[in-house]
Amino acid sequence: MSALDNIAVRVESAGNLTRNALPLLHEIRHALARLAESGESTAIDLRSIPFGPGDEADLLAALGTGEVTAQLQALGESRITETSYPGVWVVDHYNADGQRIAFQVEVTPVPQILAAQPADVADGLQRLEAALAELAEPESRPASL
Amino acid sequence: MADSTTLGESLRRNGVSRRGFLKFCAATASMMALPPSMIPRIAEALEKARRPSVIWLSFQECTGCTESLTRSHAPTVEGLIFDSISLDYHHTLQVASGEQAEAAREAAMHENMGKYIVVVDGSIPGPGSNPGYSTIAGISNYDMLMDTVKGAAAVVSVGTCAAFGGLPKARPNPSGAVAIQDVVKDKPIVNVPGCPPIPQVITGVLAHYLVFGKLPELDSLKRPLAFYGQSIHDRCYRRPFYDKGLFAENFNDEGARKGWCLYRLGCKGPMTYNACATLKWGLGWSWPVESGHGCLGCSEPDFWDAGGFYQALSIPTSNVTRTAAAAVAAGAVIGVAAGLANKAKKSGAAKKHQTVTVDQLGKG
Repeated sequence: MSALDNIAVRVESAGNLTRNALPLLHEIRHALARLAESGESTAIDLRSIPFGPGDEADLLAALGTGEVTAQLQALGESRITETSYPGVWVVDHYNADGQRIAFQVEVTPVPQILAAQPADVADGLQRLEAALAELAEPESRPASL
Repeated sequence: MADSTTLGESLRRNGVSRRGFLKFCAATASMMALPPSMIPRIAEALEKARRPSVIWLSFQECTGCTESLTRSHAPTVEGLIFDSISLDYHHTLQVASGEQAEAAREAAMHENMGKYIVVVDGSIPGPGSNPGYSTIAGISNYDMLMDTVKGAAAVVSVGTCAAFGGLPKARPNPSGAVAIQDVVKDKPIVNVPGCPPIPQVITGVLAHYLVFGKLPELDSLKRPLAFYGQSIHDRCYRRPFYDKGLFAENFNDEGARKGWCLYRLGCKGPMTYNACATLKWGLGWSWPVESGHGCLGCSEPDFWDAGGFYQALSIPTSNVTRTAAAAVAAGAVIGVAAGLANKAKKSGAAKKHQTVTVDQLGKG
């Protein structure tokens, strides 16, 4: 038993004292109103918001979880979650080491990063055509297959 | 060495999908403290970005700034930024030593004349001082600096020592230390102060140059507005306690335990312009105020001589007053910064000390 164990530590939660999630929820409400009225999308960089201990958890709890959860594997994992308010998404990007590299709320019908990108579509088309060409010429494949 | 491959080409060659590229752009925007609405412009610019050559000079410094920077080297994303600059001379990090090291510096200067970036950490003994206080390869800091910046496109002063003189310049300043901007007068300069600066701020400034090919918007002390545009106090999560008059009076009382405002314990947050309150330290883990200690004001000029780390700001010192005045002038410049209109409204309201309801905040 180390000497540190003799010191009584009482953990007091500070999360609900600052309540910094509340103004952000109002900002999201204004963005959602713009989406409903004019279709204008908004993105908020949550890493530029001064969060104290517990504020992020408060915000995510207040937004809740909705119908869609998506995982993206590109330069590490990303989690894209629709909140309980349709059109309000939490986009959480991590690198290959599991460190957060971006963290946003997007107020939009569907986050742009979920849609297949034209460059990737063109690349996929080429690969599919190449695969089909190979299937059409079975004699050119090695005999062992 | 700098080459002609663009970043877009280099990413595609490494098998990064367009989705991966968009994610990279989102991370870059966040790193540069730009709003997500700038992501399409960043994507467009990054497609075309080319590797700039960087020469890093270390003078009267403690290597803390380099330590800070190398700790930011998170693989894949910031790593890609680092693959995207060509760090041609850094005497702590490079393998070459002695004459080979100096030859590398001269080769980088010669091949990229007029286009390379010089990053400096540390102050230098001024031109009138004994040059023997700090030399590299027998060359005085002053001579090496002036020789190297001759062909530079821009100079980035990393750390409070390079930006404002820092610790070497603290009273009584035995080596006659001066800041880089005191002797380099004919080149664009960016100051990235902090003791050390936040790693993402160092990479963010280099990324801004890589992406847009020019230096970011600066305040009156030549600091990038994106990171130094607002005070620690205005962005502090403990600010609501200041507004309610709830202060910790010592480091053991109820207020300290409950995380109240540290103003009376000497926090320099109100006069300090930096990004610690949002970017935080240790990969976003915490920062001084969140750990229960006031801000030391390390990104401000002459912070070592600003009257004591544990004296509340209400005890005025001449340095504090001068810095605060400069900071207010800096705030006024925010309005012209592209893409920062939203921040300008918030800081404007903070300056006038208007009462703003949470509902109104969303309309910014």
